[in-house]
Amino acid sequence: MNRENLVNFILAVLLLAVPFAANMAGQPFYVTLATRVAILALAATGLNLALGLGGLVSFGHAAFFGIGGYVAGILATHSFSGEPLLFGLSGTNQMWVIWIVAVLLAGLLGLAIGAISLRTSGVYFIMITLAFAQMVYYFAVSWPAYGGEDGLSILVRNQFPGVMTMRPLGFFLICYVVLLVGIGLFALIRASRFGNALQAARQNEVRVATVGIQPYRIRLTGFAISAMMTGLAGALFADLNRFVSPSMLSWHMSGELIVLIVLGGTGRLFGPLAGAALYVAFEYALGGITERWQFFLGLILLVVVLFARGGLLGLLAGKARHG
Amino acid sequence: MVEPVLEIFDLVKNFGALRATDGVTLDLRPGEIHALIGPNGAGKSTLIHQICGTLRQDSGTIRFAGQDIGGLGVAGRARLGLGRTFQVSSLAPEFSALRNVMLAVQAREGTSFRFLKPVMRDGSLIDAAMAMLERVGLTARARIPAAELSHGERRQLEIAMALALRSRAFLLDEPMAGMGPEGSKSLTRFLDTLRQEAPILLVEHDMDAVFALADRISVLVYGRIIATGTVEEIRRDPAVRTAYLGDHA
Repeated sequence: MNRENLVNFILAVLLLAVPFAANMAGQPFYVTLATRVAILALAATGLNLALGLGGLVSFGHAAFFGIGGYVAGILATHSFSGEPLLFGLSGTNQMWVIWIVAVLLAGLLGLAIGAISLRTSGVYFIMITLAFAQMVYYFAVSWPAYGGEDGLSILVRNQFPGVMTMRPLGFFLICYVVLLVGIGLFALIRASRFGNALQAARQNEVRVATVGIQPYRIRLTGFAISAMMTGLAGALFADLNRFVSPSMLSWHMSGELIVLIVLGGTGRLFGPLAGAALYVAFEYALGGITERWQFFLGLILLVVVLFARGGLLGLLAGKARHG
Repeated sequence: MVEPVLEIFDLVKNFGALRATDGVTLDLRPGEIHALIGPNGAGKSTLIHQICGTLRQDSGTIRFAGQDIGGLGVAGRARLGLGRTFQVSSLAPEFSALRNVMLAVQAREGTSFRFLKPVMRDGSLIDAAMAMLERVGLTARARIPAAELSHGERRQLEIAMALALRSRAFLLDEPMAGMGPEGSKSLTRFLDTLRQEAPILLVEHDMDAVFALADRISVLVYGRIIATGTVEEIRRDPAVRTAYLGDHA
């Protein structure tokens, strides 16, 4: 086992061990923190596909995160009230149905936003993805049917067969498994022929076109897959908080996801998890001392960008290697 | 007469008041090396950009492999079999030599939308790519990142990628540039064998290489082709001597 695999393994085991220990010690709050880490890590792993592999700095991934959240919220609300949703279809409180809908809608939105945004690059790409996400944000704020600015509560956490989802540890385990599946998919895609083309397009667009592959198609596909994974994380996040609001769609959220990746290590398999763990630990530890904890987070981000480009994974496991 | 692989007819490209390509007519026949020479600023790069699809011509036609390729982009022309190398090597720098060639192999197969099988455990892809690296003599350097290869090795790698595409024509943009005398000689020998694979349009400053390799030479000056002919014809052509060759010939 090489060093990076070892670091990854330790991270995965730690994330699993902490909630179990906390549960035994009668501290369910830490289970919730670990769940938050797992969900944010999943959202950032999705973004890492676009940003880390494809070099597409999307500043609009909150749109996909929020869509996933609203899918969970809206379907659960309709299931609870018994009011039909659309075309006589009813809502649902089954997580796996919600996940499928969230993934599909986030993927469609990713295709639509990507189809236009990917015609630009660099700063323009960053700005246009931000603009699209803000459009979705303001749409949610001004749509009173689902709470508008106040958001939408999910009274009872949605169900998953065989798991007591209202128990923190049960819900954590669901999120943990979904995260591992997400990371596994990321690893598969990165190593595949598609991943080859996506990463080559980041390194040298002209080269990819010169062998006869259209970079646009490769990027659009990567962007849509990225949106799907972040959308799934959004559905879980809504269930964690049992609440959805436009804040999930705001540009702060998009920025936070980028920060997680940069902290953990761009393009690295377990970078988003490392970044999310660091971020949530900070938020908790420093947030207890000062309301201005984000100032200190900013300082750390500065240090990482200036002196440790590879992020936490770069420090622990050394430079990334390609085949 | 054999149908040319590449046929450029009356091509014109203006940049503002500057006519960079001025009615260029040129063809590339099977099995030949056709060298394109000309002083700096003659419009060689502009012409290459139009052939590859990075620039659109203002008028005139480019036919390749029996069809008008005016409406195709860079990727479309590559898929038709136009393989090129660059004046300044253009590779995926983080990827190994092997993985660069793999990209070309999967592009030719049209299998870039496969998501599950790791390329590094894909026997057929590795074998196909290694075969190309062997042909250009890079077998021992297969696992080295492209960024760490020497200048000459990067040139070889680009050629391996063009070979992997099973190109119907090669467009080589100053392959000798920056090569030492030894490197130039071995590359000249290699290109001499490459013409059996597919014809080569060779843009080159190195006159020794051009005279050693070319079946025909076209001379581009101020966006116009002032002469096309065999090596001997070009050497004797008075217009070429005054415009370009000077004392060299």
